[in-house]
Amino acid sequence: MIDSSLKEIAAALRAKTVSAVELATESLARIEAGNATINAFITVDRDGALAAARAADARLAAGNAGPLTGIPMAHKDVFCTEGVLTTCGSKMLSNFVSPYDAHVVTLLKAAGAVMVGKTNMDEFAMGSSNENSHFGPVRNPWNTDCVPGGSSGGSAAAVAARMVPIATGTDTGGSIRQPAALCGITGIKPTYGTVSRYGMIAYASSLDQGGAFARTAEDCALMLSAMTGHDPRDSTSLERDAEDYTRDLAQPLAGLRIGLPTEFFAEGMSDDVRAAVEAALAEYRKLGAVTVDVSLPNARLAIPAYYVIAPAEASSNLSRFDGVRYGHRAAEYGDLNDMYCKSRAQGFGAEVKRRILMGTYVLSHGYYDAYYIKAQKLRRLIAQDFAAAFEQCDVIAGPTSPTVAFGIGEKSNDPVQMYLSDIYTIAVNLAGLPGLAHPAGFGAGGLPVGLQLIGNYFGEARLLGVAHQFQQSTDWHARKPAV
Amino acid sequence: MSLSLDEVRHIAKLARLELAGGELEATQAKLNGIFGLIEEMQAVNTDGVEPMSHPQELAQRLREDKVSETDRRAAFQAIAPQTEAGLYLVPQVIE
Repeated sequence: MIDSSLKEIAAALRAKTVSAVELATESLARIEAGNATINAFITVDRDGALAAARAADARLAAGNAGPLTGIPMAHKDVFCTEGVLTTCGSKMLSNFVSPYDAHVVTLLKAAGAVMVGKTNMDEFAMGSSNENSHFGPVRNPWNTDCVPGGSSGGSAAAVAARMVPIATGTDTGGSIRQPAALCGITGIKPTYGTVSRYGMIAYASSLDQGGAFARTAEDCALMLSAMTGHDPRDSTSLERDAEDYTRDLAQPLAGLRIGLPTEFFAEGMSDDVRAAVEAALAEYRKLGAVTVDVSLPNARLAIPAYYVIAPAEASSNLSRFDGVRYGHRAAEYGDLNDMYCKSRAQGFGAEVKRRILMGTYVLSHGYYDAYYIKAQKLRRLIAQDFAAAFEQCDVIAGPTSPTVAFGIGEKSNDPVQMYLSDIYTIAVNLAGLPGLAHPAGFGAGGLPVGLQLIGNYFGEARLLGVAHQFQQSTDWHARKPAV
Repeated sequence: MSLSLDEVRHIAKLARLELAGGELEATQAKLNGIFGLIEEMQAVNTDGVEPMSHPQELAQRLREDKVSETDRRAAFQAIAPQTEAGLYLVPQVIE
């Protein structure tokens, strides 16, 4: 049953052909069977899942269930969960049992979703391969020698391996879209400010945004509808009501203008990804969409701007990990300063340390204007490019990642090569736009390729509708890995 | 733009990160690789461009000054490395 769509599972729950406890049990069995290989979960909360499932069954019996009541799901371990270990993939928080729930966790609990566990991730969401986790790399269910993408690699792999039908993720520079593409599932990062960041452990606050993973766009729409709405506890949460993101699913594609940024289709994309992307675009044209060339001339500056802004914000955010109030404290130290330095040196991994050092430097005296302010100016130029492009089209399409999933260890010693794997996703975060990745075929080694769709501000429902129409006439999203 | 070993040492001190002797050179090499990547932005003319700190131009909201949280000191201190009598313990700072 767990392989079915959310709509089918919800119908079966209402028809009493399956119970929430049976679904949770099925999900837990899948995790038990597959996690030793895939390493998608850091924590499995069997007792909590079964208790939540029993409560969901009671709600279903009482007739006040919603579309997510009784659905097994997983949270990326960046979301604080009260009473459940919340590690953020770091040794620093390897003993942190959160005393409170993130807003997203509260909302999904209220919707009756059944959390089975917390998924693996790059430490503090810094990475594109999930190799930066203190808890070991996640393996791609399509080929366990390959990475699942990152930083939300555990959530993407868990959905791809059919351990759970839906999972949360966060996307600061592509961390939902890139793993969704590399694992052959659908993932959406909404407009910045749509999903509350309260209780979502901060990496780069002006870019971080929570979102949803599922096998289909329709399931993402159902899930995202339960995750948004204004939260006064997040100062950047937009004062907008929750939305029904399923409202445009049935809208036909006739006349839809899809913008193709010439810069995304220049060199850099591998041939197999290009072939799959071109075939997906041909399918969109068959469905009535028209493609138009657009230009994002400053898109190439997205990576430089990102690797100034994100580390700067990270160095500030991660200063809270001091070994005093929670998290790791060194066993031996001299004075207070020594305790800070040793606790942080032991608690953080190499990539996190690099970004803290980068950020400390670009914010330090004499360099602030040359780096941070300069990067923020580029950010505006990038956002202006998108605004101009959206005068000519309704959505923008292109590759999500320049290649299919790469091998574990292939790029882990070369940060610059690793950063370049996010070349198509980062500009979207800098502009704060919604972006989605959906399965669009297979490339080298039989590994999935994802098409990226970018919408204008608050265009999530339309993006999901466009992807849903594509999924009505293709079956890439229904293919599942052998693992 | 490249960082000297002394500069790496200095920013590690500012960031309160102890870097072991051998780590220093490796960190320097990787940081300089990353600086090579971001240096490209210096060539772009951004005269007259307003820096963008946030995708939505929001003003900071103010809230009423009233109690909204309950006292959960015991729960918060239960996860601290070292506490005593409701206080967080750290090495002595003042003689």
